[in-house]
Amino acid sequence: MSALLRPGSEAIEVNGWWFAHRWLFIRRGMQLSILTLFLIGPWFGIWVIKGNITSSLLLDVIPLSDPYLLIQSLFAGHWPETTLVIGAAIITLFYFLIGGRAYCGWICPVNMITDFAAWLRQRFNIKSGAHLPRQSRYWILAMTLSGAAITGSLLWELVNPVTLLYRGLIFGMGSVWLLMLALFLFDLLLSPRGWCSHLCPMGAFYSLLAKYAPLRISASKREKCNDCMDCYAVCPEPQVIPPALKGAQQGNGPVILDINCTNCARCIDVCSENVFKFSHRFNNSIQSTHNFKQSEVLS
Amino acid sequence: MGNVDNKVDQYRRRFLIRTAGQACGATLLGMGLITFSNQAQSLPATAIRPPGALAEKDFLSACVRCGLCVRDCPYDTLKLSKLGDAVTTGTPYFVARDIPCEMCDDIPCVVACPTGALDKSLTNIDDARMGLAALVDQENCLNYLGLRCDVCYRICPLITKAISIEVQRDPRTGKHTLFIPVVHSNACTGCGKCEQACVLPEAAIKVLPVRLAKGASAQHYRLGWEEKRKAGGSLVTPDSKHQYNLPQGYQYDNDGRGLTKDKQAKPTPFANNPLDTLNKQPERKQ
Repeated sequence: MSALLRPGSEAIEVNGWWFAHRWLFIRRGMQLSILTLFLIGPWFGIWVIKGNITSSLLLDVIPLSDPYLLIQSLFAGHWPETTLVIGAAIITLFYFLIGGRAYCGWICPVNMITDFAAWLRQRFNIKSGAHLPRQSRYWILAMTLSGAAITGSLLWELVNPVTLLYRGLIFGMGSVWLLMLALFLFDLLLSPRGWCSHLCPMGAFYSLLAKYAPLRISASKREKCNDCMDCYAVCPEPQVIPPALKGAQQGNGPVILDINCTNCARCIDVCSENVFKFSHRFNNSIQSTHNFKQSEVLS
Repeated sequence: MGNVDNKVDQYRRRFLIRTAGQACGATLLGMGLITFSNQAQSLPATAIRPPGALAEKDFLSACVRCGLCVRDCPYDTLKLSKLGDAVTTGTPYFVARDIPCEMCDDIPCVVACPTGALDKSLTNIDDARMGLAALVDQENCLNYLGLRCDVCYRICPLITKAISIEVQRDPRTGKHTLFIPVVHSNACTGCGKCEQACVLPEAAIKVLPVRLAKGASAQHYRLGWEEKRKAGGSLVTPDSKHQYNLPQGYQYDNDGRGLTKDKQAKPTPFANNPLDTLNKQPERKQ
């Protein structure tokens, strides 16, 4: 029972606390250091990157822009300057390679809030709340775009928690704190993993970029799985695991191909059998798992 | 067989109901957002967009709220609206009374904008139309009271073009002059320096959105004198010289110059100084 309240405890015993949290720390480090790069400009006058997550200028030369913002703008009826298009192309290509929803796991600041809510739910065994359909986010995505077309403005940006929080942290929070508190309580009490894994249209948009992403997590040693369920317990999108982890008989390879996997790598951390690892989409033949096993034995 | 069909039917039914539910939920959320968006996107008259900003409606479709214009503003004029502010959240604006636009020659905010929400075709800051200054309070303006404050006129970056001083007789004293600051919409950029500089506790001259500060002439109105000038002659009745009863060598109605006299005009019986004429004794016949 305690294992369910504290997924990963077995991995901590076997691999040690740090090893069982390594990717979590690297990921939080990434989220915070990107934010720090944005903040050292206004705070200390060191301008590595200027602007905020919607559009920015890296080293005063390279434009980076959120393609979701570009598309909202297009739907609202504005064809932007080339700068924004180039910036959006760079970011699109980037997530095309590393998996669209890596944005959610590795960059988005809201992730820290909702992860915290999910952790509290687990820790205090909170079972309340409604499970929303995961497909809702695609309907909301469609709504944000048609809303942009109807109003001729970036409608979703009036309330988009992701951009509001990032901009708030850099340019001044205003009442963003309230929105974040609401989001936290929503995830904590009303709907488990409700925002990021069910409703957020930004995540939905980025998931569409993950269709061919090479960088993926693979259950490469899936035959060693002891069904402890810890990976399901920590995964924000647990439906992505079974096709890879348990799909050997259906002829599925071990690579997690679902577009909604955020590549957060928490499953790698919490697995006491070290079943998961970062791999790539093309390393997905069913036999290859045995080869991996052999190579592991050899090393 | 029928059982299987039944099951498929049930699946389909459940799927359709779920999908319809999600679509309805998203639509409701969208309708709520659209309703609230009109209020959330209204721009208070005191909030002025940066130079080159597209018309407000187009601006809201273009600006991605990145804040690069704010970052490149050397005078900290531009601010990015925070959630809860009266200005559309995340968009740049300034309040003239706090920090006006300094009208940089290189317009760094426009250069920084990646989207075109600040129009790149604006290359001369004098062409910017951020708003329009209007001397809204003629009761408290010191110049209207007969003083020579002139601060708005002196501070104007386009002094004499955007704000000029026009003189009027002071009807209160009957012997003094009023120096009235007059804003000219063909030159005023709406930078707001006049509003900031106004010495009153509440500025008598304010930069307003052009739509509030300016009226518009009806499309079918024609200014007769302009039309006449363009046509090179009267369009209504043929130009004929009006006959005045004037002494020889005198003319009147010379394109607004009034009464003029030729060099060879004979002196009138009247002196140049009207007092001399009044004081003149009637000539007696001898």
